[in-house]
Amino acid sequence: MSTISTNPPPQSNAASARRKAAIIVAACTVLNAVAQILFKLAVRNLVPTPLGLLTNLPLIGGLACYGLFMIAMVLALREGELSMLYPIIALSYVWVTLLSYTLLKEPPNLFKNLGITTIVIGVAVLGRGGKK
Amino acid sequence: MTAALLRSMFMVFVAGIVGSFGAVFMKLAAKRITSNILSFVNSRLALGVALYLGSTVIYLSALKGGELSVLYPMVALGYIWTLLWSKLFFRESMTNAKFAGLGLIVVGVVLVGIGSGK
Repeated sequence: MSTISTNPPPQSNAASARRKAAIIVAACTVLNAVAQILFKLAVRNLVPTPLGLLTNLPLIGGLACYGLFMIAMVLALREGELSMLYPIIALSYVWVTLLSYTLLKEPPNLFKNLGITTIVIGVAVLGRGGKK
Repeated sequence: MTAALLRSMFMVFVAGIVGSFGAVFMKLAAKRITSNILSFVNSRLALGVALYLGSTVIYLSALKGGELSVLYPMVALGYIWTLLWSKLFFRESMTNAKFAGLGLIVVGVVLVGIGSGK
């Protein structure tokens, strides 16, 4: 039985690092979307006093998600190009829309569905271009 | 077109520019991040995060008041600023895949905006 090499196929390190950066950002847009929804909830029952802000759980949770998203973004930007990674953040719209369908029970709508499909295709096109 | 909508449109426009500069400072900061956790404490990152957070606050308050089908296309402008700064400040290559991908994303954001305005 011949040994199967476990080495990855030849590919430049820079290219695979860039690809990894794009995947990190894409995955972390979920955090960004959750942060946005939590911020909306936080504004709904905002008590503008120091204690009111500190005990506003959606606000604290939203900021935490946002912070994690920022850390992931900066780490990804070490390897990847800004012109490729920044547009990927648009995937947040996809998650916000899907979360509003499921959590907020908003009725699905044709334009939104077309929009999020187009965004996903756009991110895929962008990601393929960055592989070179 | 009401004054309130014009005001919201202007706020979204400003938020897009502020956010795109937030991204520029985050890219500048990224070059200085090392495996040392203390490297996260740097003025570029602080400025980048502050600008990005600031743009989110402006977006959220502007979008609350206005017609989303008009405002979302202006939100999409932010992506075009960032592409411009990437080329100008970081000399990143502009490929057909980037233009096509970004074009589709902008169209998608506009469609989500139209859907949200209904």
